[in-house]
Formats: sequence, C-alpha cells, structure tokens
Amino acid sequence: MAAAPLALLDRRLLFVTGKGGVGKTSMAAALALLGSAHGKRTLACEVDAKGNLADFFEAEPNTFQPQELTPGLFAMAMNTEESLKEYLRLQLKVPLLARIGPFARSLDFVANAAPGVKEILTVGKLFWEVREEHYDLVVVDASATGHIIGQLAAPQAINELVKVGRVRDQTRWMVDLLSDPATTGAIIVATPEEMPVTETLELAGRIRAETEVDLAAVIVNKVLPELFGRGEEETFDRLREPDLVGALSRATGGPAESVLDAAELAVTLRRTRAEHIARLRNEMPDGIALLYVPYLFTRTHGVRATRHVAEALAAELGY
Amino acid sequence: MAERADAPRVGPAGTLEQLLATKEIAISCGSGGVGKTTTAAAAGAMAAAHLGGKVLVLTVDPAKRLANALGLEQFGNVERQVPAELFQAVGVDPRGELFAAMLDTKESWDALVRTHAPDIQTRDAILANPLYKNITGKFVQSHDYIAMERLHEIHVSGRYDLIIVDTPPTRNAIDFLEAPERMADFFSSRLLRWLITPYRSRLINAASRPFYNVADRILGSQFLEDIAEFFILFQTMYDGFVERARAVTRTLEDRRTTFLVVSTLEEAPVREAEFFIDALDDRGFHLGALVLNKVLPAYFLDDGATAVAEVLCRKADPIAEEIAVADLGTADHVARVLREVGESFLNYRVVATREAEQRKELGRAPEVVASAPFFETDIYDLAGLLRLGERIWR
Repeated sequence: MAAAPLALLDRRLLFVTGKGGVGKTSMAAALALLGSAHGKRTLACEVDAKGNLADFFEAEPNTFQPQELTPGLFAMAMNTEESLKEYLRLQLKVPLLARIGPFARSLDFVANAAPGVKEILTVGKLFWEVREEHYDLVVVDASATGHIIGQLAAPQAINELVKVGRVRDQTRWMVDLLSDPATTGAIIVATPEEMPVTETLELAGRIRAETEVDLAAVIVNKVLPELFGRGEEETFDRLREPDLVGALSRATGGPAESVLDAAELAVTLRRTRAEHIARLRNEMPDGIALLYVPYLFTRTHGVRATRHVAEALAAELGY
Repeated sequence: MAERADAPRVGPAGTLEQLLATKEIAISCGSGGVGKTTTAAAAGAMAAAHLGGKVLVLTVDPAKRLANALGLEQFGNVERQVPAELFQAVGVDPRGELFAAMLDTKESWDALVRTHAPDIQTRDAILANPLYKNITGKFVQSHDYIAMERLHEIHVSGRYDLIIVDTPPTRNAIDFLEAPERMADFFSSRLLRWLITPYRSRLINAASRPFYNVADRILGSQFLEDIAEFFILFQTMYDGFVERARAVTRTLEDRRTTFLVVSTLEEAPVREAEFFIDALDDRGFHLGALVLNKVLPAYFLDDGATAVAEVLCRKADPIAEEIAVADLGTADHVARVLREVGESFLNYRVVATREAEQRKELGRAPEVVASAPFFETDIYDLAGLLRLGERIWR
C-alpha cells in the first residue's frame, strides 16, 4: 500500500516512464482513466511519435488537438512543431508573417539543431496546460528510460544555457512547477524482471540526482499470482512423481504430465519474479511508494484491459 | 525444465548459423525488454564458438549483467576479448575469438572530432564548447548516429570477421537507420549556413534579418551566438562528416550487412517488430532473421492437455479420491492443488493462444525464424548465453 495514497492523483502533472515493454502506456492510460473516474478533468498526452496510447482507449489516433474520449477525459499526442507554433502565437505574439514560409522552417530547424529545444517544447506545452489550469490532471505517457532525463532536465538546462531573453523567463516558471512535489511527479513502471528492475533503480537515482522532479511512485506491473498456498507445493512435488503422474493421466484421460509441467513453469516464473521484486523493494530509496499490478491473463487489449489495470491501481491506491 | 518446455519451431529454410556465416555485420533490433542485447550476445558467442574468426559484440546497453556473463569486469569503448577459458570451462572449444565493447557516446564523439578537426585549435575549441558537451552527452539522436559511425569505423578497420550490434529500442529504429543520412543533410543544409553566416560576416542581409529578430526574442542573442560558434567550428569538419555519414549509410545497405529482428509474442513488441520489418523493407536493408524470445511451450496449445486441465478444474474432488495414496495428504487438500494446477494451465493457455495469433500475424517472415523458450532463470553467464544460442542457432 502506498505511503501517501491520495497524493499521487492529487498532483497536477504525472510523467509515466519506464523501460520499453513494461506497460508504460497501459499504466498512463489507466491512471488517466482513474483520474477522470474521480471527477478530475484529465488530459492524457503521449510524447512518443509512434505511441499507441489511443489503442488503450480504443480511440482514433491522437493529434496535437486534444480529443474528448469520455466526458472529462481528453487525449492528445505531442508534436513539437505544433507546440512551437502555438508558443509563438500565444507567448510572443509573433505576426503571422513570421510563422509561415522560411521563417517557420528556420525556427523548426533551430528547434531540431539546438540542444534541448525539442525537449523544452514538449515539457513546455505540458506545463503550460497545467499552469493555465486547463485540466485538473495531466498524465504523460512519457519517453522511455533513456530519454526521460533529457526531458525532465530540459527547463533547468535551458535556464542555465540561456542567460537572457523570453525563454529564460519561461523556463523559470517551468522549473518552479517541475520542482514542486504537490504539482509534478514522476512514476516509473517496471516489470519484475532483471533488466527493468536494474533500469528502474538507476533511473530513480538519476531522477534524484539530475532533475528537480519528485519521484512519486514505482508501479510494478505484470506481477504473477502465487500458485500454491502453504503446504501445497509439497503435495505438488509428490504429484510430479511417476506413479501419480500415471494415476492422474488415467483419471483424467489425457496427458497430465504437460499440465503438471505447466504448473511447474508457472511456479518457477513466479519465484524468479518474486526475487526481482524483493531486490526492487530493498534497493529503492525509502519513502517511494511501490504499487503492484497483477499480470492479466486476458484475451483482450484495449479499453477493457485498461479498466482492469485501473481497478488494480485503484485498489493499491486505496480508492 | 526449460529443456522439456519445448517452444514450437517455425520457419522452413535457413538457420541463424548459415546467415551469420555469410554476413559481416548483423544488427540486432527490436522493442525494449525482448532480449535484444542477450540475443546479440548469444549469437556472438555461438558464432565465435562454431564459425571461427574474430567476432565482436557491440552493445549500446550498459548491462552489467551482460558484461559479467561475458566474463568481463566492465564494458568500455575499447573492445575486449572474452577469455577462451570461459568457453572451455563450459565444455566448448571455441573455433574463433569473441570480443565485446560498449558504446560510450561521449568518448566516441570526442574521437570523431579528433579525427576530423582540421587543426588543434579547432579541435580544442569544439571539445570545450558547452553546446558540444550538451549535444554529445545528453541527446539521443547523437547516440544513434555515433553507434552507426562506430560500427562503420570498426568494420572498415577489418579487425573482425563478424560484428553483431545491439541497438536502442525500435521506437528510435527509424532514427538510427536514418541517423547517418540526417547528419549528412544537417551539415550540408543551406539553413545551417544561413544561420551562421551573419555571425561570421557580421552582416545580416535583409532577407534573414526578421528571422534573427524573432530568434533573438525567443532565445536571446547570447545563446544564438553560442549556437553559431558551435556550428562554425563544426563546419570545418563538414567534408569529413558528410563523407563519413554517406559511407555509414552504404555500410547499412551493403549485402554483407543483415538485420536480426528480435521480439517476444506480446502485442506491443510484435507490432514494433512488424513496423521495423516494414521500415527495413522500405529502405532496402536486408532482413536476415526473426528471433522470438520467451515463447510459451507448445503444450499450452495441445487439446489433450487442455482437456486434462478442464477436467482437473471440474472434477478435482473425485479425481483426488481416485488417485489417493497414503503420503499425499487429505483428499480436500489434493483437490485444491489439482484445481490450482488446472486453473493455472488454462490461464497460461489464454496467453499462449493470444501469442500463437501474434505469431501468425508476423506473416511476412524473413528466411530465418528462430524461437527460444522461457528460461527458468535469467541468463547471467556464458553457459546461459550458449544455452540460448543453441536454441536459435540451427
């Protein structure tokens, strides 16, 4: 159970990250669903160009312009070019002339070439939505482990690089929002496997060392169920012996050995994963909530699976 | 157990062994968490053991475990040999030699600058430039480029017969495939020259003045000047860079280069794999093999076994009575275990069925499709790598 369960969804901006393949997008979708179910006007934003956040809501592909999925639940896809245009329009009141033709292209070129500009256009847009209170909660399906530090550290980095100008003013309030734990939190998603756990521990360290963002929680996804209760594993071991395998095959009229093999595989997988969970728990800095989401043996993906995950998270968060 | 838990093999002609025997570069790619790095290392270990020659595994993944598995204290930018004794210790007399290196982005960039800088002053000015440090240290695009650049450099050196490269996850796949080209475009772009010209000549012409006015307002002139200085310095390396970037692209397109797409049968990785296979096809790159990891055993799809599991769930009590022997415990207790065994099988069968569907969808398979089962433990030593290697090799 989380130490401060309510704190998570009471924040305004959540960056959900993690190693590829751990279910980062699914968790972001579930958190957004949960936020909206609790009456918060919620925006889910995917940052990856080829993200599939929309699949988890079974919605049309996301665009920079948010779509309302259900009342109070919105989804969008980040696009730094659009973000730059919006920024120019809203912030600098740049005349139309400058936004078209070679000027827009030049600025886009600068955005691509200059370090951190792409990152700042991404997080800048998100912080803008938060600051303007367009939403109660913004959940970001953020970049994977390798890129997230660059994004989260961008406002600070730009703030240090750029000594004067409008950008510096802009990054200052971003840094303020970013470093306020009541506003912003990072969530790392992991699966109980060796590399995801290792990367999660490393990332937790880097978030603390290199960014101003508060690590709000670690979600352990795909936790396998315990197959046997107390004393049952001995019975199972006895069932594995040839006389009883034979007896079971006769009693069931089929290849009982395969079914027993399958159970042993399940036990082994569960045990290996439990060790990784233990390592994560032991090596994670104190005070960081670990939330567990079970492996879903489901046939479906899409919004039904997302709802299952949201329910599991709700239980962990004490809702 | 892993040995018994046979994963179904599919794919007709061709083996990984044949593929790697005829190629000089194999690039392992796929979604995160599918065992890409481990697969690259396993293929490298098998190639060194059975094909002979000098084999290098070049990884971008700083996995300490992999370094340990290869008997190396740590990875570095410099290639290190995996001691032959490690192979012998697990009963393999390697025909060739295995080397490993991990890409250090910063070091590789520095080396590149040293190679291409026209003189010592320029070199030092670049290495000291804060923007340069920022770009090389933090930004992933530079990582993609330098990985391909390093690969090219090692390949033309002729030091290795086979280089197996592990890559960043496929979300960046297109990025790293296109990185050399983009780098060339970048340095030959008119916009770049446009951007730095006024700072060189101090004469801003009428056409570009509005742009600078806007850029100044956004970024501040100091920052713009920093950028300009950096690019002016980098321009001195223009010819070398463009030439190199083009050579790197040619290396990727070469028939001696092949791509191994690694995946599991989970939905997201499969989609990534499909996406990647298409991307390779579009660019005319050679797709050599599809390696499927963590494949559930075939018995989950067996109708007979499924019937047993269903019977166990439905009739656990009478079956427990029927098989009762003295040392097995009460019938209630046994029935509970039987039900749990049956339910667990049916749970995993749902997953296995879903995965079988995914496998079918990976229809446009390359010549080689290899699959490896779930191993009961993580791979942490050379023996483990070779065990995985054996499953995908022939």
